[in-house]
Parts: sequence; C-alpha cells; structure tokens
Amino acid sequence: MKLIKSILGWLDDRSGFSDVVMPMLRHVVPDNARWWYVFGSATLCAFAVQVISGIALATTYVPGGEAAYESLLYITNEAPLGNLLRGMHYYGATAMVVLAIIHMTQVFLHAAYKYPRELNWMSGVVLLFVVLGMSFTGQLLRWDANGVWSVTVAAEMAGRAPLVGPVIAHAILGGETVGGSTLTRFFAIHVFVLPGLIFAGVGLHLWLVLRHGISEMPKVDEPVNPATYKEEYEARLEKTGVPFWPIAAWRDAVFSIVVMALIIGCALFFGPPALGTAPDPSDINANPMPDWYFWWYFAILSMLPPQLETFVILGLPVVGLLGLIVVPMFSNKGDRAPSRRPWAVGTVVFGFTALVVLTIYGYKKPWSPDFGVKPLPASLVASSDPAIIHGAELVHQKGCMYCHEVDGYGGHRGPGLSDIGQRLTQPELIIRINNGGYNMPSFAASLTAAELTDMVAFLETRSSSSVRKGSAPSGSHVTE
Amino acid sequence: MCKKENENFPCAADRRSFLNRLSLALAGLVGAAMSLPPIAYVLSPLLSKPRRKWRDVGGLGEFPIGETKLVKFQDATSTAWAGNTAMTGAWLRRIGEDQFIAFSVNCRHLGCPVRWVNDAKLFMCPCHGGVYYEDGAVAAGPPPEALARYPVRVVDGKVEVETSPIPLTTNDLV
Ligand code: FES
Repeated sequence: MKLIKSILGWLDDRSGFSDVVMPMLRHVVPDNARWWYVFGSATLCAFAVQVISGIALATTYVPGGEAAYESLLYITNEAPLGNLLRGMHYYGATAMVVLAIIHMTQVFLHAAYKYPRELNWMSGVVLLFVVLGMSFTGQLLRWDANGVWSVTVAAEMAGRAPLVGPVIAHAILGGETVGGSTLTRFFAIHVFVLPGLIFAGVGLHLWLVLRHGISEMPKVDEPVNPATYKEEYEARLEKTGVPFWPIAAWRDAVFSIVVMALIIGCALFFGPPALGTAPDPSDINANPMPDWYFWWYFAILSMLPPQLETFVILGLPVVGLLGLIVVPMFSNKGDRAPSRRPWAVGTVVFGFTALVVLTIYGYKKPWSPDFGVKPLPASLVASSDPAIIHGAELVHQKGCMYCHEVDGYGGHRGPGLSDIGQRLTQPELIIRINNGGYNMPSFAASLTAAELTDMVAFLETRSSSSVRKGSAPSGSHVTE
Repeated sequence: MCKKENENFPCAADRRSFLNRLSLALAGLVGAAMSLPPIAYVLSPLLSKPRRKWRDVGGLGEFPIGETKLVKFQDATSTAWAGNTAMTGAWLRRIGEDQFIAFSVNCRHLGCPVRWVNDAKLFMCPCHGGVYYEDGAVAAGPPPEALARYPVRVVDGKVEVETSPIPLTTNDLV
C-alpha cells in the first residue's frame, strides 16, 4: 500500500498531474448550468466509443476490394462479439451525430457562441462537418452493394463541379471507375485523416472551454457586452461558481452512462445494419440509399428541379458550413435569452421541422419506382370482362404501377390511379398514355393498339365508387 | 540597446531575425520534403489513366436481335485485389446482324444502376426516379442527359465492349 502510494506520489510529482491537470479539472464553472451542459461531454464519450470499437474492428477488417466484404461477413457472423462491435460502432456513430447536433442546438439557443466564445462555436461547426464526413466514409466501409453505389453517387456529385469536377471525381474513386483503389482511400480517410482532425479539433475546443470558461445560463437582464463581459463573468463566478470536478462533472458522468447504455443496448437488441449483397458494380439490382443521417439530403436531391440541382449539390455543404461558421460574426453581443431572440428560436424550429419532414420523405422515397409491386388481385379489379382483366394485368406488366398507385398497390412517383376513371375521359387517357406528360414517359412505342384499348378500359373502371365496391372483400389492402 | 539576458542569448537584432528566418525556411523545406511525395502519390491515379481495353462479353449467338441484355465485364483497372469491385455492367442490345448498342448502367443523374424494364421498353433508375426510353433518351425524372454508350465491336463472332470511365455529367468522355 505504502509502496503504491509512494510510486503514485513520484509519478504525480514528476509528471505534474496535480500541478497542471487538476487545476484544469477543478476550474470554476457556473452553478446554474446543470443538465443543459451534458451534451458536449456525451459527444466526446461517443467519440471515445468510436475510437475504441473502431480500433478493434480494424484488427479484422480488410480494406481491400473483394476481401472487405468477406471480412465483414466474418466479423458479423463468425467472430466472437463481432456483431456487437459492429453494432457499437454504428450506434456510437449515430449517438455522436445526434449528440453533436443537440449540443450545437443548445449552444445556439442559449447564444453561448457570443463574445468571447466565437471560436468555440466555429471549431464546433468544423467538428460537426468532420463528424458527418466520418459517417459518410464509415457507411462506405460497410463495403456492400450499397457502399459501392454510394461512392459512385459521391463521385458523380463531385463531378458536377465545373472544370475540376472530373479530377475530384476520379480522386474520390481512385481512378476512372470503382475498383481496387477506391475502398482503400476511404479507409485511410476514415481511420487516419478524419480522426486526426477530430482529435485536433476536440483539443482546441476543450482548450477554449478552459480559456473562456463555461457560459452561464442566459438571463434576460444579462446581455453580453464585450467591454465588460469578462469582468462581470469572473465576478459572478467568484460569488456562485463551483469547481467542475467533482461538483458539476457527476452530471456528465451520469449522462454518459445513459448514452453508453443506449449504444450497447441498441447494439445488442437491434444489431448492426445488415450487410447488403456483394460489392459488385455490375449488379444492377442494387437500390442505393444513404444512412439515415443523409436522408434529408437525399430527399432534397430527389425533389429539386434539375436546373437548380448542380448548385445545390455543390453549394449546400459549402453554404451550410460557412453559414454556420459566420453566425458569431454577425451577432456576438447583446441578448442571450431565447425569449429575446425570436428569430433564433424560429430558425431552430424551422430547421428541425424541415429536417424531420425531409428525413421521413427521404425514407419513404415516393419518387422511386416500386420495382417490387405485386399484380392487382382479382378482388380489386372486380370485373369479369376479359378486356378489363387484361388491362389490369397490363397496368402491372408495363410498369405503370412502378410509379402509379392503384388502391394501395404500386409506387408514388406519379399521381394515383384509384379514381382515374373519374378524372380523365377515355380520349384523355389515350392521349396521356401515348404521349406521356410531365415526368411521364410516352408509351406509344411499347403498347399495341389492342393493349392500349384494354388498358384504358380497365382505367375507366377506376372511380371512387369502384374502390369501395372492389375493396370490400379485402379491405386491408387499401390501407397497406 | 539590446539587453543581454544571458551569455548565449543573441544580442544583435539582425542576427536574431536571421535565425528566425532561417529556421522558418528550413522548417518549411522539411515540411515540403515530407509531404509532397505522399500528396503526389495519393493523386497519382489522376495522372496515369489506364489504357482502355476491349472485353469479350459473349458470342454473337447469345444475343437475339432486338433483345436488351445485361452483360458484365471487367474494368480497365489492373489491381489484383479488386475482385468483383472491378466489374462493370452494360445493357447490350443487338440491333442488326453485327450492330450493337451498349448502354452504360450508370444513370446520368447521379450514377445509380438503371434497370431495363422490357415490357415497358424503358430504363428505370431506383434512386430518384429517372426514366429513359429504349434509345437511352431521358423520358422522365431528374437525369440531365441521355444514357451514355460504350463502344462495341464484333470480332470473330465475339461481341466486345470497350471499357470506359464512369460517365460524369461534366466529362463527355463517352
Ligand atoms: S441517380 Fe438515377 S435518378 Fe438519380
């Protein structure tokens, strides 16, 4: 016991832990921060999970062409605890993105980014983008069909840039096509470059927290005046501040435990995201989809008019990054209380609503053709006329239902056809099918006259009354 | 005048500024020497374009006239470990005795793989709903350009497709 104590004492003296580190841990923080301020430390905790689980995964993962997929299968299905680790790494990533965004929202709502903490905010914004870069590159390392096509999409996006587009696209692919050099670059970026940036960024971020102190809860009668802020802040801390360690830190510890429990819990109960089919760029049955963090962006890209698209693809990330970075340059003094900053609150409400709506939209993908659509059951066709029955078959066979829904069957790209018989007359139907319309191909070349007649005969039977009549025996289909 | 802080502390102001500049310059040189070769290495795939290659995708007899079939072949890349990631697909249609069209499977919107829907005579993209007619022209959705085509030739009864870079909207290489 005594020996251990003296060894520890020696270490402490020679390293300077008590002299240098302890004062940092004990730095005085406002006592009113409480639970509001746990999100930053929880983000750091999630990052630690990523580093540790990532290193473990890297001991088995093979970052090379075909072998990557094999090693992922091994990690998922055979390696002891492999499934758990993949799950931890995935939900740890999820936690990191979510917590970073919550942390940032809290800082924004409380205007903690104002004088003198502008650089805290800016470094945080850069960190957020690096974290998003980690999620994207990480998704690719799950090197299945989805991964291959995600790289392709990323290269195509970059390729839109004028002049330098192809160069950047080929730099992303590591060549002119997806191949042996593609995955290895993303591996290097994901495990060396971006984590290095995060370590540096977190170091700066934490240093700035020490340098400027943690901001207090905003009060209506305490607007920020750069001329006097520091003195006032020091004076208030003198009166009511508490040492971070251990008076304030226990809340961070408690919250981090909750986060850890959620990460491990999700990893155990839901498991990691399933591996898709093998990464074969000639396999055209892939249905590429980004991980959920980017569904909102996916939705935007799908709904934009093509003329604007290139500007948004290239501009949105840049504008987003710069727009967030300059926030403290435009408002670095004055009110901090949300009740005095309706625009800030409005921005957050609007931003989150848009994010949620777009994310749901991105998940549902109403713009994507539904290739798996089943033929219409006889009960819905509800006719014994052979022409109409044939017409119903054709509507499925010719791909109409990939994009048009009939009584709960089919995609949502185009308008539903459940009551098309009421909306369009027979000649109108013929013209529309033959010529196409806005966002609808012309089918004149792929339908014979007899097929067209049958198809129109079927479509004419579609009216809201036929829906009720036809769906009565199998009502459940309508709501499917 | 310069105050001597200790014996070794250089006093003359110009000596100090000289050492200052020398150290900065040398540090810059060291930095460049250690980072330029790696940067050039990382960017090297941009400089050495692989030679295009003709790939055999099957005998003439396998392709009935008028039919559109998916063919798979290997890219021009030569990395031994690429495995199936070096594969590429094309929609090959025979339009005459020895005339073919090979459409790239990459959607011209953002590169997703398009599928040929034979009954509708359309190519459809799963990503954002791009649709192309039989001849590759845009029928609906966001794609800005028609499907790209690969060069095809028939040699001794074998159909060959030439490897090409992934079609980008900004490089009309194909
Ligand atoms: S990639 Fe085909 S529609 Fe977007």
